[in-house]
Amino acid sequence: MEDLFGGRRFEMEYLLHIFVLVGIYTVLAVSLDLLAGQTGLLSIAHAAFYGLGAYAAALLAGRLGAPFLVGTLIGMLVAILVSFLVSLPSVRLHDDYLAIATFGFQMIIFSIFNNWMGLTHGPLGISGIPHPSIFGWPIRSSAGFVALAALLAGFAYLVVWRIATSPFGRVLRAIREDQVLTQAMGKNTLWFKVAAFAISAALAASAGSLYAHYITYIDPTSFTVIESILVISMVIIGGAGSRWGPLLGAAILVTLPEALRFLGLPSSVAASLRQIIYGTVLLIMMMVRPRGLVGKYGFGR
Amino acid sequence: MATLRCESLSKSFDGVQALADFHFVFPSAGITAIIGPNGAGKTTLINLMSGFLRPDSGRVFFGEREITLFVPHKIARLGIARTFQDLRLILQMPALDNVLLARPGQRGERLFYALFPFGLKEEEVRNRADAIRLLRYVGLEEKAGALAGELSYGEQKLLTLACCLATEAKVLLLDEPVAGVHPAMALRILDLLRELRDDGKLVVFIEHDISAVRRIAEQVILLDHGKIIAQGVPNEVLEQAEIMEAYLE
Repeated sequence: MEDLFGGRRFEMEYLLHIFVLVGIYTVLAVSLDLLAGQTGLLSIAHAAFYGLGAYAAALLAGRLGAPFLVGTLIGMLVAILVSFLVSLPSVRLHDDYLAIATFGFQMIIFSIFNNWMGLTHGPLGISGIPHPSIFGWPIRSSAGFVALAALLAGFAYLVVWRIATSPFGRVLRAIREDQVLTQAMGKNTLWFKVAAFAISAALAASAGSLYAHYITYIDPTSFTVIESILVISMVIIGGAGSRWGPLLGAAILVTLPEALRFLGLPSSVAASLRQIIYGTVLLIMMMVRPRGLVGKYGFGR
Repeated sequence: MATLRCESLSKSFDGVQALADFHFVFPSAGITAIIGPNGAGKTTLINLMSGFLRPDSGRVFFGEREITLFVPHKIARLGIARTFQDLRLILQMPALDNVLLARPGQRGERLFYALFPFGLKEEEVRNRADAIRLLRYVGLEEKAGALAGELSYGEQKLLTLACCLATEAKVLLLDEPVAGVHPAMALRILDLLRELRDDGKLVVFIEHDISAVRRIAEQVILLDHGKIIAQGVPNEVLEQAEIMEAYLE
């Protein structure tokens, strides 16, 4: 009986862990959707902002003992400021070039994570990041993290949905469809794009902070361009610019590879199979439903 | 009342002179037609006056203000609206939203109010009422909810006009407002342009359809190879245009 009980407990913990990940990736997918889906700016630098939030939180908590919320807010602020570095020069570029520019930016940020030994410990990463405590209320249990992740996902959702349904969001969608016309209608399109970039970056950073405090260890491999592409896949598979698409995409791409574990494959095979499945699913989606499962807007124009 | 004035505007593309030393003072209100063969520089002129192109030399003034190097949205906000030859609209949005998009000075378009949408109700109700009124004015009230992409070509032209008016512009630069629409619709659009002139607006339009020009223009500019060949009242200029056309043929 003891054994069975222990097994169930493990299953429960595992399930809760998946929920936390779905929450974190929902924040990432929803925030990228503001940029890629609503505004039509396909950024490959989302993992960089995710990483900025994670490192800011880890360093502030580890070195200065900053509380979770303070570290998260500062991380978001850093992400906003850094987003200007990439958005101001590159949102003037056209679609394909913007993707390449953000790709370059992603590589730069990654190499900073990987090489600034004094600050980030490079490939060794930062360990011993404390679990968060909110207003003196410590979060230790998986259930607590699920609640926190759900709260953060809900917050990201609220922010993006408020924007999407406001006149501000109408301008973003107009920019996506026809930037020249939007300018002719008297809108400062540069400002709108820079603002969308900043909000998207800030939300990604908040997800990074939660990730750092949850896993308690971060290293640069969590914030590579592959991670950016994973989040893009979530947005595309779910449906860019749609209400539930990013959430659906995050849930599918987090749980799908986990399901592979139950096939009893050796972990080395499962890891490469995972990449193949991502690729195949993306390819099939692009051919069969380029607008995503519930999306109205496709990139294939 | 601010007037639109061009001083020796020149623009060339890859060595081809699209507009050369264009000099013109538009009236503060009225209807001016710009005619000429393809490649005469008509659209280039509109692009220069609306900030979508920068001249190689020369200046554009709106009233006392020089606007030569202003970006398009700034010029639009000053009160110079334009349409495009290829009929740009946000096709995925309802007609009403296209008009709403063009309304100037919306607090809801500020990031702060997007995140904290409090106290915007009144503004939104007012903008909506204004947008509906404009749609009614151009005769598209019943199509308010239809996607712009689902409207007929003529209706789309009317919608672009409604969008221009929604910006509260004093000057309308229209690139072929009646080209390609059926005659009854063309007459409706031309009547609208006349009404707008009566309301004190300046309408500058490019048109190939000579009968349309004859019908409403008070002043015609004939361009060829970027130069003004003739300017003045329609009958004289159009006569000259016909001679030129005969000569070209």
